[in-house]
Amino acid sequence: MDFHLSKEQEMVRKMYREFAENEVKPLAEELDEEERFPYETVEKMGKLGMMGIYFPKKYGGAGGDVLSYAMCVEELSKVCGTTGVVVSAHTSLCCAPIYEHGTEEQKMKYLPDLLSGKKIGAFGLTEPNAGTDASGQQTVAVLEGDHYVLNGSKCFITNGNVADTFVVFAMTDPKAGNHGISAFIVEKDFPGFSTGKHEKKMGIRGSSTCDLIFEDCIVPKENLLGQEGKGFKIAMMTLDGGRIGIAAQALGLGEGAIDEAIKYTQERVQFKRRLSQFQNTQFQLADMHTRMQAAQFLVYSAAMKKQNHEPYSMDAAMAKLFAAEAASDVTRRAVQLFGGYGYTREYPVERMMRDAKITEIYEGTSEVQRMVISSHLGVK
Amino acid sequence: MSNFNNTDLAAFKDVWVFCEQREGEMMPTSFELISEGRKLADELGVNLCGLLLGDNVEGLAKELGGYGADKVIVCESPLLKHYTTDAYTKVICDVVEEMKPEIMLIGATNIGRDLGPRCAARLHTGLCADCTHLDVDMDIYKDFLRNASTLAEPRIEAVKTAKVLGEDHDVSRDLKMTRPAFGGHLMASIICPRFRPAMATVRPGVMKKNAFDQAKADACEIVKPAFSLTEADVETKVLEVVKAAEKLVDLIGADVVVSVGRGISKDVETGIKLAEELAEVLGGVVGASRAVVDSGWMTADHQVGQTGKTVHPKIYVALGISGAIQHKAGMQDSETIIAVNKYENAPIFEIADYGICGDLFKVTPMLIDAIKAAKAAK
Amino acid sequence: MKIIVCAKQVPDTSGKVAVNPDGTLNRASMAAITNPDDLNAVEAALALKEQTGAEVVVVSMGPPPAEAMLREILARGADRAVLVSAREFGGSDTYATSQILAAAINKIGIEPEDIVMCGRQAIDGDTAQVGPQIAEKLGLPQVSYAADIKKDGDTLTVKRMLEDGYMTIQVKTPCLITCIKELNAPRYMSVGGIFECYSKPCEVFDYNALKDDPLIDAATIGLKGSPTNILTSFTPPQKGAGMMMEGADKATCEELAGILAAKHLI
Repeated sequence: MDFHLSKEQEMVRKMYREFAENEVKPLAEELDEEERFPYETVEKMGKLGMMGIYFPKKYGGAGGDVLSYAMCVEELSKVCGTTGVVVSAHTSLCCAPIYEHGTEEQKMKYLPDLLSGKKIGAFGLTEPNAGTDASGQQTVAVLEGDHYVLNGSKCFITNGNVADTFVVFAMTDPKAGNHGISAFIVEKDFPGFSTGKHEKKMGIRGSSTCDLIFEDCIVPKENLLGQEGKGFKIAMMTLDGGRIGIAAQALGLGEGAIDEAIKYTQERVQFKRRLSQFQNTQFQLADMHTRMQAAQFLVYSAAMKKQNHEPYSMDAAMAKLFAAEAASDVTRRAVQLFGGYGYTREYPVERMMRDAKITEIYEGTSEVQRMVISSHLGVK
Repeated sequence: MSNFNNTDLAAFKDVWVFCEQREGEMMPTSFELISEGRKLADELGVNLCGLLLGDNVEGLAKELGGYGADKVIVCESPLLKHYTTDAYTKVICDVVEEMKPEIMLIGATNIGRDLGPRCAARLHTGLCADCTHLDVDMDIYKDFLRNASTLAEPRIEAVKTAKVLGEDHDVSRDLKMTRPAFGGHLMASIICPRFRPAMATVRPGVMKKNAFDQAKADACEIVKPAFSLTEADVETKVLEVVKAAEKLVDLIGADVVVSVGRGISKDVETGIKLAEELAEVLGGVVGASRAVVDSGWMTADHQVGQTGKTVHPKIYVALGISGAIQHKAGMQDSETIIAVNKYENAPIFEIADYGICGDLFKVTPMLIDAIKAAKAAK
Repeated sequence: MKIIVCAKQVPDTSGKVAVNPDGTLNRASMAAITNPDDLNAVEAALALKEQTGAEVVVVSMGPPPAEAMLREILARGADRAVLVSAREFGGSDTYATSQILAAAINKIGIEPEDIVMCGRQAIDGDTAQVGPQIAEKLGLPQVSYAADIKKDGDTLTVKRMLEDGYMTIQVKTPCLITCIKELNAPRYMSVGGIFECYSKPCEVFDYNALKDDPLIDAATIGLKGSPTNILTSFTPPQKGAGMMMEGADKATCEELAGILAAKHLI
């Protein structure tokens, strides 16, 4: 087992760190406070290749690898969970399925703008009555000549209000269950497509989350992604990859909270000693770091398996399960180390705690991850 | 050039100071350097000579005598009206080769730092940049080390020779040029043992100006050597010279400097406003740490420190400045240092005469009121 | 058209600086970074590349690990790199360093439309000498402290900063410009650039590669070729700590104002 990053990976991490420190961290508080989407950051990230890290240059990608992508989400999330999920949802949930399942024409049409950050991507699977049970899709697509007509709605869609390009799932054969689901590439300007109101959330408040509404929405036939009836498989494969991104987001949030806690406890004096001199602080931080380090190994291992085209579904599920729960725990403990100040918005740890909670919920709850893992173990 | 042998050290005599003028106005640092040059010339027992280039600048020359110049070499030409690297380098190198000074000092202004290295490279001699202290006399130099270094006495006593090309070289007649390096963490004394002139650029504001002496000014000799300079010698063309529209802050001459550091990041505008108010009641100007200038919160002319300006005001107030060594290098010789910082471990408190551990946004307004009240009570 | 950028890897003196007991710098304990002003020179070169299609060549003198810095500059968009590295070059002062870099630039080749760009100064020495001295050794006109550069054909119009304003200077290529941070905001490395940078050419010029240049002989390079010598190096003493005031409230401020008044400072 090789635990060393390549020279390029070391270099790319350094670049993410500089970028996060200078461009992302100064905005984090404002994005959270004002529930504002970081358009300006997306533009900068697009120019630097951060919106298409592991895709080939042929399609406008940066020619990097999946681990470099995970590290990007990790480093961004250390200082801003919102910016982390913007990249994750765009990359894993929209660019990846088009790259992995699209025709050459679809890839050439959609990827260059997405991978350069000129356009933002999103993913529409969840519905009001099809959350964890994604197979209960009620959005339908009917083929009429050269186009499909979509009717229905999606909810809790990350990047929903800001995206230009969506990968959307709908029933083309309602009787066929999972095998009746198909995937489509939908542009925001297609007739009959609209987005709903911005959801007010507990955390990742700068990230846009909203409903997608399809009212006789016209989608050209050539925008069918993959084959008819294969949509559920595409969705599940896409979510496997997405879990690496969310696991990396959780990882960054936990690590960011530790960075803040180390800094604060070395400055804050109580009982004439720095907080860092108390054994409780030392032991807490030791435990917190150990948990995040373990999470990092799981996340990086899943990313490398995906990169090497090895089966990684269980690895991604384990990485997300562990990293999300660790992040929630570590950020909560960080707030505790800060005491009263940690509960105020003067310091970023309360934001990190709020941001971390969602990582246990979206792209498959922790319970779903356990289902995935146990099914891989053959436990029925 | 043909008969210029700069390794024949005995052929070189006198201390020269390049006296920079801009738009026909002498730069203040020229007087500082003349004063310092006087000291060195006396230690060597030679003449001190000013070197003045420009167009119609002879009238500025006599004043240099008042600060210690025995004579001033004046080179005038319309081509020397504005500074250009090419023209100034050519004229200076030509007269140096002709008249052979032993030492040449140049103010480390933006122009001096352009000119000095170009001349040194052409003359094939050593240049020490941004010096903060100069000595020839060994006893005086050793006293300086006793005060300004942490070297142990036996090591200071032992300073006598330097290894030059494998041999022990007696440094007693060399110019010892001391300068900070690595952002002020280290100081080094540099010598130029094998070539002449030994050249140094000197930080403005560091050397003390002598009292002006009218009799000496009157006695100062003006020398106007022949030199050749044609338009073909000048490859850089000055299209315009623009003085900053806003009056730049005069940190070096100020009696009181109130500087702000990264601590204002929470509310930059208010932080700067508070510093301005405090500076106003104390009768001073506002400075800044490198972090503040690098962040674009204040312009570079406010910067105090190793890469900024060196100040020694009567009162220096550091608001929210941690006291990185680069910053200390520019202000630690201030007479009274007051520091306000919310971190009690901030290194600035190690050199502050009066430290207040608190939030600058809360402390500064109270301090302004208290000083106003104290002034009113006087 | 080529733009040759000189860059130096330096210890990061903005953080904690460790000094050995003998008064030398403990470089091993400090991060190595690209000298900040040099990044402004790199950015200026890359901006001109975007405007003119010029090739950007970055050259650095230093020990082999400086290659890492060169790779990072390639990742920002430079086309090729040259590392000037040899035992014979060690111990060089600014004069000797300029001789060697000028020889390296001669080997890369200076053509009539080319430009050499340097940072104003490096944060380890803060001398600002190497740029002008390279220009002298190459016989090029120089403009230092550039805060703005406009190129029109073979003519550059440069805003050269002074302490109390600026000069606008016109100069023709080939020439050497030294850059300050006001000139531009250096770009980041890009992800694509990073994954390409190890396949871009990075040549090493050792002593043999440069020894035929008239600028290079034993009397002009390394310790022997350096006109300056270090006589002593030392650490300055710390000024003793003063008085920490009690509290940080109105009474504290009044007490301080009282002290200043009593000392006739206000």
